[in-house]
Amino acid sequence: MARLIINGTPRDIEVDPDTPLLWVIREQIGLTGTKYGCGVAACGACTIHIDGVATRSCALPVSAVEPDQQITTIEGLSPDSSHPVQQAWLALDVPQCGYCQAGMIMAAAGLLMQNPNPADEDINAEITNICRCGTYNRVRAAIKLAAKAGEATQRG
Amino acid sequence: MNAIISISRRSFIIGVASTAGGLSLGFNVPFIKPALAEGSETAPEINAWVVIRPDDTVVIRIARSEMGQGTLTGLAQLVAEELNCDWSKVTTEYPSPAQNLARDRVWGNFSTGGSRGIRESHEYVRIGGAVAREMLIAAAAAEWGVPASECTARMGMVTHAASDRATFYGQLAAAAARMTPPANVTLKDPKDWTIAGKPLPRLDTADKLNGSQVYGTDLKLPNMLNAAIRACPYFGGKVESFDAAAVAGMPGVRTVVQVDETAVAVVADTWWRAKTALDALPIVWDEGPNRQVTSASIAAMLEEGLGANDAFIGARQGDAGTALSAAGRTVTATYAYPYQNHATMEPMNATALYTPERCEVWVPTQNGEASLAAAAEAAGLPVQQCEVHKIHLGGGFGRRGNFQDYVRQAVSIAKQVPGTPVKLMWSREEDMLHGAYHPTTRCRLTGALDADGNLTALHMRISGQSILAAVRPEGMQNGMDPVVFQGLVLSGTEGTLGYTVDNLLVDHAMRNPPIPPGFWRGVNLNQNALYVECFMDELAHAAGVDPLAFRRKLMAKHPKHLAVLEAVAERIGWDNPPAAGVHRGLAQIMGFGSYVAAAAEVSVTDGQLRIHRIVAATDPGHVVNPAQVERQVEGSFVYGLSACIYGECTVNGGRMEQENFDSYEVLRMAEMPDVETIILPSGGFWGGVGEPTIAVAAPAVLNAIFAATGKRIRTLPLKNHDLA
Ligand code: FES
Ligand code: FES
Repeated sequence: MARLIINGTPRDIEVDPDTPLLWVIREQIGLTGTKYGCGVAACGACTIHIDGVATRSCALPVSAVEPDQQITTIEGLSPDSSHPVQQAWLALDVPQCGYCQAGMIMAAAGLLMQNPNPADEDINAEITNICRCGTYNRVRAAIKLAAKAGEATQRG
Repeated sequence: MNAIISISRRSFIIGVASTAGGLSLGFNVPFIKPALAEGSETAPEINAWVVIRPDDTVVIRIARSEMGQGTLTGLAQLVAEELNCDWSKVTTEYPSPAQNLARDRVWGNFSTGGSRGIRESHEYVRIGGAVAREMLIAAAAAEWGVPASECTARMGMVTHAASDRATFYGQLAAAAARMTPPANVTLKDPKDWTIAGKPLPRLDTADKLNGSQVYGTDLKLPNMLNAAIRACPYFGGKVESFDAAAVAGMPGVRTVVQVDETAVAVVADTWWRAKTALDALPIVWDEGPNRQVTSASIAAMLEEGLGANDAFIGARQGDAGTALSAAGRTVTATYAYPYQNHATMEPMNATALYTPERCEVWVPTQNGEASLAAAAEAAGLPVQQCEVHKIHLGGGFGRRGNFQDYVRQAVSIAKQVPGTPVKLMWSREEDMLHGAYHPTTRCRLTGALDADGNLTALHMRISGQSILAAVRPEGMQNGMDPVVFQGLVLSGTEGTLGYTVDNLLVDHAMRNPPIPPGFWRGVNLNQNALYVECFMDELAHAAGVDPLAFRRKLMAKHPKHLAVLEAVAERIGWDNPPAAGVHRGLAQIMGFGSYVAAAAEVSVTDGQLRIHRIVAATDPGHVVNPAQVERQVEGSFVYGLSACIYGECTVNGGRMEQENFDSYEVLRMAEMPDVETIILPSGGFWGGVGEPTIAVAAPAVLNAIFAATGKRIRTLPLKNHDLA
């Protein structure tokens, strides 16, 4: 049994402690916005927030999460897609196939929480998610747009 | 294995005529928003393409698959343009492949590949929209008792100005559906377009921002089980034995099944538990006949082909052999292109529900009809008892079209647990080991230069793998694979060589290693552009002529090829020196019916490559959504530069060595250059945009690297070369 707080709601779940958090979120909680892309922390598709810090959930055993830590998934980033990062993504029509985008958005939101006004080098260093469709330049522009909107720190 | 699909696909299409009209198919698609499925059942269908609900919502049916390329939005724009509807009321849905069969293939081809989504169907979807518009006008005219010719349709409303009457499409839909469709309609001149041709936002963005877009991997059905699979990693090998009892008691495991001859799957309550048990499952492989095959043995096989006497001729002009042997000065170089994996971000998957009477499959597919054929074949059921529900793809790039291996596997597993839906998902490792790989080829180019530095003869000998021979043998022409010559032929509308060379020979020595090849975004244009465009640069350098000027002399009879090349050269400032330490390269090619070019600015410092800037130009004839064209062009550089810098699947012991993104690296944000896109639609033809630009990414950058370092890189990927 493990207790997790996911998107503000405490959940008690029956789970093998080795199970990566990604699969608990997807298969036991049933929130499928967080994606599997590699399972070895190499692509970022599974990015979520733990206490506000962008984290790859595919290689993190659920037992490593403390019961009082706040887990946020793409579904919980905002109730209505109103988070500045989601708004910037919408304004610039960033996604192509969209599969990597939940991870991108969570990584971007995490970055803006730590660094509300990231320079290109900061974006390069922090956003290492893979997008095979090729949205990188629009992701970069959307992060800057969201930073300009300037609310990320309060809303995050 | 791939050949089986083509065969069943053929008989399947022949079977269509006899079943047409005889089926009644429901819209039992639980994962599609209820509003859409409802619309199909209750609102009037004006024709196959257009359903209009009483609230004026226009549902446009899209036969091609959305995999990120924006075809859903683009095709809807084309229908809406002719329909004269209110774009803000447009929504879309996929008709199902079985419905297409039942209705005499009214939606045409479902195949989404070869950048054909729009260029092949623009006419009939526009006609669909125009016919529906005329039926709506006829319905209004009949109701008002006025001539249809006095009525106009605009913004989802029919108006009769003389009597000052107007009514919305939603009110007219039921009556319009009963009207006889007009035999002829006139399509608008693209210059009069107001919806098509505009950079409208995509229709499918909102759900991709909050986790609500459902991909195949996310599908949930009542009582569904999950399957993890492992197929024999050795090409041509199969399962010898496995010890199911060893994992039978592991948590969540329901059953362990063999899948065809080649694979074993564990079915469990969750995918993670299925995969955990699969990892613990003892499997003995019959390693098959290819254990000795390595990248080196494949290279040797192709190297032999470079000098072989027999070859298929793709292009011939004059007498290259004689001209080359008589030439005072020749230049020769050999290039090579490695295997690549599609590596879609969403791994292969399919969900199947089998009963002895019926088989249903939910699958992200580039070709719903091929999925249906594969499902019927694997189920052993008549196609009329099968159905495929298409789901948006988390990337396709050619992997999810011809190849329906995952559908066959999912059905084969579901057959062993009848009555229970099973979702099969491949791990990334499975995806990397069982690709439909970009084929490997080599090319030896020999060119003759006269005393003035003019190219007088050129021989391009390609040696290597044919995709068609493996996957679509019916497309071969007397043993020749014509697709090998993409971008290098002398006539046709698909992709001609942009240079006039008096003595030219392009030929292909087919050498097929036992590695399954496939259509990989850009297909053979990728290596052909690399070969011809890097070699043009070599020739220009040998002739002591500027690479743009050298090409220009050969391009007088190819004004469209030249126009895109001139456009990128001008925008990058070719005639002015770049910033200190920055160097430039150019490339152009024609493919998928479009003309494309790129110019790159790079610097190389202590062996470190930095790509500063790319300018790309594309002439696809007509543009349906310039914003989406820009995204496809930008994305093409991510795909093309990933291949150029990192992409390589190496073979050892008869299997691939790379198993995940830690050993199969791809381009990431930090390396992504700025891309400026110039769209130059010259009209009069329809070319594709999803693929051609990929081909110019590598040669433009490699030519710039030569300018920077004097090093001529002739084998990809760049990561294997020291630029210092
Ligand atoms: S799935 Fe977690 S980083 Fe790729
Ligand atoms: S949008 Fe398709 S992988 Fe990023």
